[in-house]
Amino acid sequence: MLVLVEQSLNGLQFGLLLFLLAAGLTLVFGIMDFVNLAHGSLYMMGAYFAATFVAWTNSFVLGILMALGATLLLGIALEFIALRHLYGRDHLDQVLATFGLILFFNDAVRLIWGPAGLSLPLPSWLTVPVQIVPGVFYPAYRLSIIVVALAVAAMLYLVVMRTRIGMLIRAGASNREMIGALGINIKLLFTLVFGLGAALAGLAGLMQAPILTVQIGMGENILILAFVIIVIGGIGSIRGAFLAAIFVGMIDTLGRAFLPDLLRTVLSSAAASTAAPALSSMLIYLLMAIVLVVRPEGLFPAAKR
Amino acid sequence: MKKAFWLAGAAILALTQAAAAGDTIKIGFVSTFSGPTAVIGNDMRNSFELALDHLGRKMGGKPVEVIYEDDGQKPDVGKQKTEKLIQSDKVDFIAGYIWSNVLLASLKTAVDSKTFLISANAGPSQLAGELCSPYVFSTSWQNDQTPQAVGTYMNQKGVKSVFLIGPNYAAGKDMLAGVKSTFKGQVVGEEYTVWPSQLDFSAELTKAKNSKAESIFVFYPGAAGVQFLNQYAQAGIKGQIPLYTAFTIDELSLPLQKDNAIGVPGAQQWVNDLPNAENKKFVEDYRKKYTGLRPTFYGAQSYDAVNLINSAVVAVKGDTSKKDEMKAEMEKANFKSVRGPFKYGKNHIPVQNFYLQDVVKDADGQLSLKTVATIVKDDQDRFVDKCPMK
Repeated sequence: MLVLVEQSLNGLQFGLLLFLLAAGLTLVFGIMDFVNLAHGSLYMMGAYFAATFVAWTNSFVLGILMALGATLLLGIALEFIALRHLYGRDHLDQVLATFGLILFFNDAVRLIWGPAGLSLPLPSWLTVPVQIVPGVFYPAYRLSIIVVALAVAAMLYLVVMRTRIGMLIRAGASNREMIGALGINIKLLFTLVFGLGAALAGLAGLMQAPILTVQIGMGENILILAFVIIVIGGIGSIRGAFLAAIFVGMIDTLGRAFLPDLLRTVLSSAAASTAAPALSSMLIYLLMAIVLVVRPEGLFPAAKR
Repeated sequence: MKKAFWLAGAAILALTQAAAAGDTIKIGFVSTFSGPTAVIGNDMRNSFELALDHLGRKMGGKPVEVIYEDDGQKPDVGKQKTEKLIQSDKVDFIAGYIWSNVLLASLKTAVDSKTFLISANAGPSQLAGELCSPYVFSTSWQNDQTPQAVGTYMNQKGVKSVFLIGPNYAAGKDMLAGVKSTFKGQVVGEEYTVWPSQLDFSAELTKAKNSKAESIFVFYPGAAGVQFLNQYAQAGIKGQIPLYTAFTIDELSLPLQKDNAIGVPGAQQWVNDLPNAENKKFVEDYRKKYTGLRPTFYGAQSYDAVNLINSAVVAVKGDTSKKDEMKAEMEKANFKSVRGPFKYGKNHIPVQNFYLQDVVKDADGQLSLKTVATIVKDDQDRFVDKCPMK
């Protein structure tokens, strides 16, 4: 039972991290109708900025805040210099251009930071395990990821549902031409949305950095999961991304945790240990396939265009 | 008339080029030079180049030409690159190979063309057993040998139970099988993770923690080893459940693992402080040539690969068409290995010592690996009997 609690926390933590990445992606895709494969590169840049700034300032919190700002500015600059010229093009052009950006960022990182990767050490107050219920100790840092991500999700919800900017964003998601016609500066809105998405990706990257290593190409595997999430959740829907991300995180973690033992009851031990990782990594895509068949718009689609 | 003149010219040019090709020793080197594990490939290339420098870039009086190819850590790409090197570059030797799955995919091409293949790292069980070949030599080990040594060391320490974690590919399975073959205690759990994409081991660590095992054994080469040690320390079980490793801590990962690696033992056939003259020269010159870097076991094996090839080329005085003589010479392991002297088994896998290594702070205050003890002497892999060669 206690194992289940702990594994669920692992799943929740992974899911929330995926949400941060998917939220930016779904905003940009849903509102700007723009496919951004380079989203994973922004995740990587967030991690590299954090590792660099934390080493410079010798302060974990200060370094992370600076990294967040830097990724936001990078996102805005990227949108201003390169991406806004692609809005009118079809999706294939956007995919090609942003794929080029992935290669550009990977090589830029190799030039600036070298091929070996960096590490982002945690301050000592985050390395101790915390007792959450009697008998269950959980790494403090993973717990802090859960807290921060939930806070960001709540903030995002408030901004999107309760503020004027959020209203414009939602309006943009349902009908872009119309809010342009109503005299809203759509260019500025798009730049803001893209910057916000970049900052969220950067936040996911820098929070993941102390757990994983900061390395070239770190955003590419996880970007696939983020796309799966926005497809399951419904493109453009923050709420959908949130629920789908937690769903995917849970399925992935609990699958890895319990599938081998389940399989062992029917298969030989050796066959089960080989089949289980393959099967559990398939579960997510299975879920996506089912959702695509049953509800092609996703589970919680944004309002119709 | 003019046309005939040009044709003759072209023919002569082609002839002289063909002659020139016979005057160099061509070596193909397949390793990973892109992506997150490129640091390993770079270390192998650095050591390969250093060994060539030490030989004056000549073997048996002929200049050496090396063609490096990147496998991107993908079996299909490795196979393509191997085919390219053998079929269009017509190399005399092909060396390198970090990954067991890449080597297994590329093996047939080399063996069918009777090109000598020197594995400078990968050692899948099949290579030592049923797929052994007169044209394949290893300057590393068979995958199971290193974890077998770790299992033996755990017996010596009196460890009663273990939880095994490793990646789900050829080498991962060999590694866990290796520990199981020598470890006398109980194996309470065994987990395989998706390779190379899974980097978060929280689910596996939670299971290991709750299994009440006395120890954990892992095999995570490259960056995955950094991530595993990070997460192991963050989960707060470093003080509670001791960790034993194979190929998880090396000179490339250590600068990133930092203090997390202190007190985590591993086994290896080569450690940078092994006291032989050849090794001293290798380590010192490496650090001189590549400032700020330190050689790893991957590099040591690549350095040995050059000297193994050199011994064969010298024995036939540069005539690489004498394949039987070259094979006979290489079987003698007649060169100064940086790991100290060793012999080849009939399957061309080294019969060699394995050492216990530990992480310590060296004189410069930097973390480095140090030989603590010899765990096993003259260890032969356990698949040699499956090899049909005599």
